[in-house]
Amino acid sequence: MTATIDAPRSPYAQTKRGVNWEKWGWIYMRASGIMLVVLIFGHLFVNLMTGTGISQIDFGFVAGKLADPFWQIWDTLMLWLALIHGANGMRTLVNDYVSRPGTRRLLHGALAASTVVLLVLGTLVIYTFDPCPAGADPSLVASFCEGL
Amino acid sequence: MPAKVTGAEGTAASATTSVPEPRRSVLSTGTLYRGREGMWSWVLHRITGVAIYFFLLVHILDTALIRVSPEAYNAVMESYKNPVMGIGELFLVGAVGFHALNGLRIILVDFWKVGTRHHRTMFWGVLGVWAVLMIGFTPRHLMNVFGG
Repeated sequence: MTATIDAPRSPYAQTKRGVNWEKWGWIYMRASGIMLVVLIFGHLFVNLMTGTGISQIDFGFVAGKLADPFWQIWDTLMLWLALIHGANGMRTLVNDYVSRPGTRRLLHGALAASTVVLLVLGTLVIYTFDPCPAGADPSLVASFCEGL
Repeated sequence: MPAKVTGAEGTAASATTSVPEPRRSVLSTGTLYRGREGMWSWVLHRITGVAIYFFLLVHILDTALIRVSPEAYNAVMESYKNPVMGIGELFLVGAVGFHALNGLRIILVDFWKVGTRHHRTMFWGVLGVWAVLMIGFTPRHLMNVFGG
């Protein structure tokens, strides 16, 4: 009988080929995390600390923000980075605590589906939003709608 | 004259070494894992993460109402302004603050050369910075909620 023995210190055979998704998920959590610290702290500061905080938030306030491309991009980044970060975190928890393959598949599917639906919905809302909707009560819309 | 003793027998004959009592373990004798700072930071990171995720789902949906009508959006925002929700927002901001700061600590543990050595100190640092942020945020937010 003959056996083939690898030369000492030869690299071991690659068992899996292709993209290492778990690694990229790990990197994504850290990269998006750093950006989200800035985006969400900024979001909380502007909405809850400036002016009269939570009491000032109504249609006119948010319309005023979303009429500005700066906040459109800010909110889009926040939406995509946070929802994918959160869904991937939930995937980790499902992997840790759900052992039945069927339940696991179901929960992974629910996470993926809800993420896609909310990303599409949120993005459409940001870019199809009209801050001065026709026929709206003038007392409810932003002050800059008067001139239109 | 006795023969010269050799080997194992000889060792056994002369061995009168006293073996000290084993020191009592300073670790807990229970079976519950007590991981101290490292474990608690992990537990809190998970709990706050799940809480923030479910809030995010609701928050994307409530913000989407801005695309429906000013009345619909203002109606749901009113519910965020009642005192019970105001306290809830305090917990939410606390959870976001902890998750953000502890996330930065995780990144330092992963990438900073001496991160693992200082992970405990950094956990207390996280709690310290978190406390400072909450001392700044809490009175301001409570004024906005209860100050009318």
